[in-house]
Amino acid sequence: MNVERLNTEAINVDRIRSDFPILGLQVSGKPLVYLDNAASSQMPQAVIDRIVHYQTQEHSNIHRAVHYLSELATKEFEVARTKVQHFLNAKDAREIIFTRGTTEAINMVMHGYGRSFIGKGDEIILSGLEHHANIVPWQMLAEEKGAVLRVIPMSDAGELLIDQFEALFNKRTKFLALSHVSNALGTINPVKEMVAFAHKHGVPVLLDGAQAAPHQVLDMQELDCDFYAFSGHKMCGPTGIGVLYGKARLLEKMQPYQGGGDMILSVTFEKTTYNVIPAKFEAGTPPIMAAIALGAAIDYLCGIGMANIAAYEHELLEYATERVSAIGGVRIIGTAAKKAAVLSFEIKGVHPHDVGTILNNDGIAIRTGHHCAQPVMQRFHVPATARASFSFYNTKQEIDKLVAGIHKVQEMFA
Amino acid sequence: MSDMRQLYQEVILDHNRKPRNFGSILGANRHAEGHNPLCGDHIKLSMNVLENKIEAIAFEGDGCAICKASASMMTGAVKGKAVEEAEVLVEEFRSMATGTLDPDSHVNHLGKLKVFAGVKDLPSRVKCAILPWHTLHAALHSEFLVSTEGEADPIPGTAIGGQ
Repeated sequence: MNVERLNTEAINVDRIRSDFPILGLQVSGKPLVYLDNAASSQMPQAVIDRIVHYQTQEHSNIHRAVHYLSELATKEFEVARTKVQHFLNAKDAREIIFTRGTTEAINMVMHGYGRSFIGKGDEIILSGLEHHANIVPWQMLAEEKGAVLRVIPMSDAGELLIDQFEALFNKRTKFLALSHVSNALGTINPVKEMVAFAHKHGVPVLLDGAQAAPHQVLDMQELDCDFYAFSGHKMCGPTGIGVLYGKARLLEKMQPYQGGGDMILSVTFEKTTYNVIPAKFEAGTPPIMAAIALGAAIDYLCGIGMANIAAYEHELLEYATERVSAIGGVRIIGTAAKKAAVLSFEIKGVHPHDVGTILNNDGIAIRTGHHCAQPVMQRFHVPATARASFSFYNTKQEIDKLVAGIHKVQEMFA
Repeated sequence: MSDMRQLYQEVILDHNRKPRNFGSILGANRHAEGHNPLCGDHIKLSMNVLENKIEAIAFEGDGCAICKASASMMTGAVKGKAVEEAEVLVEEFRSMATGTLDPDSHVNHLGKLKVFAGVKDLPSRVKCAILPWHTLHAALHSEFLVSTEGEADPIPGTAIGGQ
């Protein structure tokens, strides 16, 4: 675990903002106010520089040749893996598999674990807060195997109902797939306790950490989850790279997701022997540059300190919640006691898409729509929401601009 | 677009607040439903077409202001028109919204519908404006369900977003 001092003063937001070239952009003739961080975050110069350095000084294919560049690229790729290992406080670097993103990581578990160990009549527990990426793969598996999906309901605040969660377990329960933090509402689920409960019933747990990894300290050994998935591009890294963490003993039991080069020890036309983990799950040439850039993004974030980031973002969320909830005719959707810096809201009488278009005209980028979480929208009887999601490079002044933008929308639609 | 009022003109806001021909036609002989999964716009259209003429038309559903105003003004524009005339409007509206027809320099029949010309600068909103027209086209061809996605996507490459 990264040893950090908890100190919101440690966030010098002016200095941090100057690390991100894109934050200097003008949109619609106004300074960009980027509040769509839950969809994708921006990249600091240090990560951009790392990409340029790799492509100009280090690039080759990895795990292949004996020449200088191949050895260098291989070394840097594996260094990135150990950076992820330390970021997650995983026991072993072999437990870190590079994927294209969270979605691929979840699909890898569905194919590699689910198809072998979940059968007809077995039950998979999901929560009502899930992103489509943690619903659809399990639905596909359930259809293929004749398994059943059970859904943990939530309160009007967007908190999972823990007694009902516990009541879902029975002898047929074979898997729990759960978001650590909800992308649509920001709810932080009590995952440590939920993992412990599932384990009491011998049920392995996958956590979708796409919205948690960029915003808080993570410790796999403390959480004790069996699988953890997240994406690089939501934490200052590039797109096309993500991580599946899995406990070694489970990864070793799992079937590979794709066949190809690098995931084999030997191939004949009669039989192929698979490689050991993590190579078994990294068929073909991986996104080498993106993995190394993710390592640089982790260095950057840990340089600021994940606990500092969490504390500062919480301060932003509290400020935004107070200011936005004070506006008449605005409803905040998702009011859990523990939330990440996500503010989903609706303005009475105005469709979120119109809100997004009008805010965009003032340079304010928010996300509008169902956030790939249609069951969450159905639960709250809305077709869509407007969602502002904050990062450690956002400021209270930007939240003031959001509030002014909401007033402008209301005036226009009055 | 420098001023949002170019898109959100009073006429659009007014049709959004008070949509015309809102509801459904009893005993209609043409129906279609249009859906834009991107923002949840959903339009149900019912019509009576007699002797090749749109005698009655109504819509219901939920959507953003652009979609609702477009549906409302569409019903007004095609009521009483021959099917072929309505199809010409569908084509012209679609071309205007996607930027291939400049209503000020090309001959057209759009009239008041020109207020939607501004959506061409907002690719994510083009589908909102087109959805009712797309649904009308489907109703005239007795296709019951349409979507702005997949094969029917008016602007390929802008399908449903991620997180």
